[in-house]
Amino acid sequence: MTDTGIGASVKRKEDFRFLTGEGRYTDDINRPGQLHAYFVRSPHAHAAVKSVNKADAEAAEGVVAVFTGADMAADNVGSLPCGWVVNDRHGEPHKAPPHFPLVRDKVRYVGDHVAVVIAKTYAAARQAAELVEVDYDELPAVAETGKARDGSAALLHEEAPGNLCYDWVLGDEAEADAAFAKAHHVTRVDLVNNRLIPNAMEPRAAIGEYDMGTDSYTLYSTSQNPHLLKLILCAFVLGLNENKLRVIAPDVGGGFGSKIFCYAEETVCTWAAKKVKAPVKWTAERTESFTSDAHGRDHITHAELAMDENGKFLGMKVDTTANMGAYLSSFSTSVPTYLYATLLAGQYTTPVIFANVKAVFTNTAPVDAYRGAGRPEATYVVERLVEVAAREMGLDPAEIRRRNFIQPDQFPYQTPVALQYDIGDYGASLDKALEMIDYDGFAGRRSASEAKGMLRGIGFSAYIEACGIAPSAVVGSLGAGVGLWESAQVRFNATGSVSVFTGAHSHGQGHETTFSQLVSDTLGVPIENVEIVHGDTGSIPMGMGTYGSRSLAVGGSAISRACDKIIEKSRKIAAHLMEASVDDVEFENGTFRVAGTDKEKSIAEVAFTAYVPHNYPEGVEPGLDETAFYDPLNFTYPSGVHICEVEIDPSTGVTEIVDWVAVDDFGKIINPMVVEGQVHGGIAQGVGQALLENCVYDGDSGQLLTGSYMDYCMPRADDLPSFRVGMTETPCTHNPLGVKGCGEAGAIAAPAATINAITNALGILSMDMPASPEKVWRLANQQKMAAE
Amino acid sequence: MPTVSMTVNGQAVTGEVEGRTLLVQFLREQLSLTGTHVGCDTSQCGACVVHVDGESVKSCSMLALQADGAEVTTIEGLASNGSLHPMQEAFREHHGLQCGFCTPGMVMSAVDLLKKNPNPDEGEIREWLEGNICRCTGYHNIVKAIQSAAASMRG
Amino acid sequence: MYDFNHHRPGSVAEAASALAGASDGKLLAGGMTLIATLKQRLASPSDLIDLGAIAELKGIKEDGGALVIGAMTTHATVANDATVKAKIPALAALAEGIGDAQVRNCGTIGGSIANNDPAADYPAAVVGLGATVHTDKRQIAADDFFTGMFETALDEGEIITAVSFPIPEKAGYAKFANPASRYAIVGVMAASGPAGTRVAVTGAGPSVFRIGDAEAALGSGFSADAVSGVTVGADGLNADMHASADYRAHLVSVMLRRAVESAS
Repeated sequence: MTDTGIGASVKRKEDFRFLTGEGRYTDDINRPGQLHAYFVRSPHAHAAVKSVNKADAEAAEGVVAVFTGADMAADNVGSLPCGWVVNDRHGEPHKAPPHFPLVRDKVRYVGDHVAVVIAKTYAAARQAAELVEVDYDELPAVAETGKARDGSAALLHEEAPGNLCYDWVLGDEAEADAAFAKAHHVTRVDLVNNRLIPNAMEPRAAIGEYDMGTDSYTLYSTSQNPHLLKLILCAFVLGLNENKLRVIAPDVGGGFGSKIFCYAEETVCTWAAKKVKAPVKWTAERTESFTSDAHGRDHITHAELAMDENGKFLGMKVDTTANMGAYLSSFSTSVPTYLYATLLAGQYTTPVIFANVKAVFTNTAPVDAYRGAGRPEATYVVERLVEVAAREMGLDPAEIRRRNFIQPDQFPYQTPVALQYDIGDYGASLDKALEMIDYDGFAGRRSASEAKGMLRGIGFSAYIEACGIAPSAVVGSLGAGVGLWESAQVRFNATGSVSVFTGAHSHGQGHETTFSQLVSDTLGVPIENVEIVHGDTGSIPMGMGTYGSRSLAVGGSAISRACDKIIEKSRKIAAHLMEASVDDVEFENGTFRVAGTDKEKSIAEVAFTAYVPHNYPEGVEPGLDETAFYDPLNFTYPSGVHICEVEIDPSTGVTEIVDWVAVDDFGKIINPMVVEGQVHGGIAQGVGQALLENCVYDGDSGQLLTGSYMDYCMPRADDLPSFRVGMTETPCTHNPLGVKGCGEAGAIAAPAATINAITNALGILSMDMPASPEKVWRLANQQKMAAE
Repeated sequence: MPTVSMTVNGQAVTGEVEGRTLLVQFLREQLSLTGTHVGCDTSQCGACVVHVDGESVKSCSMLALQADGAEVTTIEGLASNGSLHPMQEAFREHHGLQCGFCTPGMVMSAVDLLKKNPNPDEGEIREWLEGNICRCTGYHNIVKAIQSAAASMRG
Repeated sequence: MYDFNHHRPGSVAEAASALAGASDGKLLAGGMTLIATLKQRLASPSDLIDLGAIAELKGIKEDGGALVIGAMTTHATVANDATVKAKIPALAALAEGIGDAQVRNCGTIGGSIANNDPAADYPAAVVGLGATVHTDKRQIAADDFFTGMFETALDEGEIITAVSFPIPEKAGYAKFANPASRYAIVGVMAASGPAGTRVAVTGAGPSVFRIGDAEAALGSGFSADAVSGVTVGADGLNADMHASADYRAHLVSVMLRRAVESAS
């Protein structure tokens, strides 16, 4: 390992610009002659739009145009599609009601898009928006997941009777019933996976631009996957040839899933740029982020676990209602199905699993993938069940897990919920975590806390995730509308530097560094001579973007393959230059050598020759520029054990996380510093869900009650401890790098670990997230209160 | 329109603004100093923190005219002669940033902390950062970076 | 934000005349609430009279057994002022706990009490320490100043110039912060001194209020044990998604105890 190669904690190349204020985010970009857009949004959760009178707004100072859904309909602008078809238990595709960028007849959530005002300044647009007169006929609303299917609930879409998007099953119910019939004990839990608002710190933004000379568009967007955005906008929404739209996602300030999707605002900016013959810019105010970014989670679940007398798992049944919000966002249907129920085996040998998921429409913002996407929900179900089972069976929580772990010699392991895990050593992570937390010392620590009048608890979470999002054929058979490979182009420049074009997109992950390490290590080129280019469909081969912890496992593998092609071509050129047989030429650390001689050529010399091919092998093309598309053979399966220790003040209900140990198996690691940073951030989001964050809509009015940081509780520095991170390693068996992905692990593991610790401290079996001080105070004092 | 004059990163600047123009708008839109970011509209996220007369403030919650005559330092003014400020250096060294969006405000806030408390403990750092929200790092490495910067700035 | 005329007077008298001359003028102190309100377009004053350049409104001095704090003195100044720390450490601690560091660098005592947010910290200090509010027209006793949620005894056009806090023998402040906004869900100031024994609660009700039982209990001995049985009823207390009235009532007792324990 060199100090800049694979495995080194190389300091990030991108940091200089971010630290000096030279980052270039979408809102930092201003185009000549640009106009500003402000959206007129619905103040109602559900209403018929009887009329929109835009005359006063159009006449206002600085206003260039006001558009409504009717204007977009006249241009045949389509519906924002959901790209994953989930077939229900009868084989019928999910209900897919239209989702127009600007509504046509009805608004269905607070923040829904009614009109756009385009003006010379943002202030003028905003001011004029108040002059757009919308005549609403208010309708009853349903905002609560659990009430969407009540017979009396308001109906959102004629296309979806009973507000049901799909009723989907996985596994064999009869087999599960048979397993439960044999059970010594059945543990049952009822869980709410609380709704979250992603809150990337950079609000979404877009600039649409139209070039009349070439009849083509450019969209600057805060996107995690510019190519997919381009594909969706062109093929499904705007009806453009794909060569007529270039999408640029420059520096993007965090995504966590919320910037995967194709949104109304960027669609409108692109479309409107041609109408007004000027670039149209929109930047969300945070309030708009709260109301109109896709939200996350929002499940209600009943789950049961059947065990024999030794606590060995015999079967699991899970019944979940998942809130889709008012419309289907780009990949929403897949989240509570293929990214959720397929993970219900966890790290365990549970032989039979049956899952039923009903997805419902409500008068709330669309719900889609948020860090972890389905897998945090699955881990929460499994690890809450297992924890409660341990308590009910009188087993140590570590022991019950160990008894049910899939053992290292059982891989590849076919779960009863469709996935085949390739490799793992779950016991190794548990052992290391127990040692790091000093599990044996917990009783003493608990006593010490009690002596101070505090309650101490410990909680485990043994998670698994399926990352890489994965073989195209597999996801295609499950309903995905796209392939899920990744591309890479590795270009040697004539003078020896390397430009790498990747379809993955970095919005905090540090690809410019980690991918450079990979290329530097593979090609033997100094890391400073490697440039990673991402986020521009105009210069990069078609790619699939960054989500699902896939960038390194899929995108990195594509880079690795492209580097292999570079080396193979270079070997031919080197052999020619050294007058040797190709088979005799070895490559190491950037140098080609003829085995057993002192002849050598650096790869830089070879690259120069490729572009100045005066002395060149016959039949070999000039240039040194290779592209690879990598389609993985399977998902990757990162796993690990997180242990959380909490101390609770029973007089106020305040929970303090006093220790956190994370032991993760991400396979091979390119940059440990970056990986640990990803783990920290993931845990913070998971702890946020468990302790602090909760998106609340008023049940009757459908008004968003947590519409700003005054009420939506973001984790702050003083809410969190320092984390202790350890690693184990079983390399992924099916990608060239042996890597698995690390971006979501913390968010997946943390909620269950936290709630398991709090319920342990309180001596209770269950409670819902977030564990707010009042809730914890009530639970801590419920016996006393009951006595009073 | 009213005229505002101030010194920004050592340069005297003057501009015409509206009464309602926020300091952050003046910096970003008129001076093209886009390193100062806007992440919320309730003055909580801290992405917009700059120094006004040596004190860290949220430039999204101050009118440009309130800073008339003031010395303003933004993230662009922190490095000198091409070399990073020790706080910037420490953030880089300890991976105290990921997406970079909260970073300018975070760094400016941390610089103000060390001016007031050159040797803060972990709890004091975490409390000080109450007004700066980061969604990426979980704060772990930010805290480490500030501790490290404090040590190096004490010499 | 709607636009407005901005004035930056150099004296209280100039400020008063600018305010009087405006059709719908508002005073701008630190701006920590007002600017956010303007950004949300919840107010549209014709004129903002920015008090930031008025030197006579800033500063802290000790005067006849009281600390007199200029209305435009920032929370950070109060928190870090050597005299405040020595004479009324509870006041310095309260100021140190307001908002965040940047809010404390801008927000002012005058702005805070003029706004009388039910969840603000300063009203607990003003009432709990028996302070007097000085305006350009008169002096108002603390007990008369806060009249209701976001309401005070200030007349139209009246400008707070200073708040004078009698230096107590003992005072302590304890706050249970809203985890999201960091405003007080409950904040209790307990003090005894020249203004008597006083206990004031912010955050819990529509406006700051005193607890007579606690004051009586502390009057016969300023100790945590003395207030151990003191409770307040939940009736009339605030309730929101972060804390019910019951929970607030409970927290009043807990914070009262902590305030007394921390008193010095």
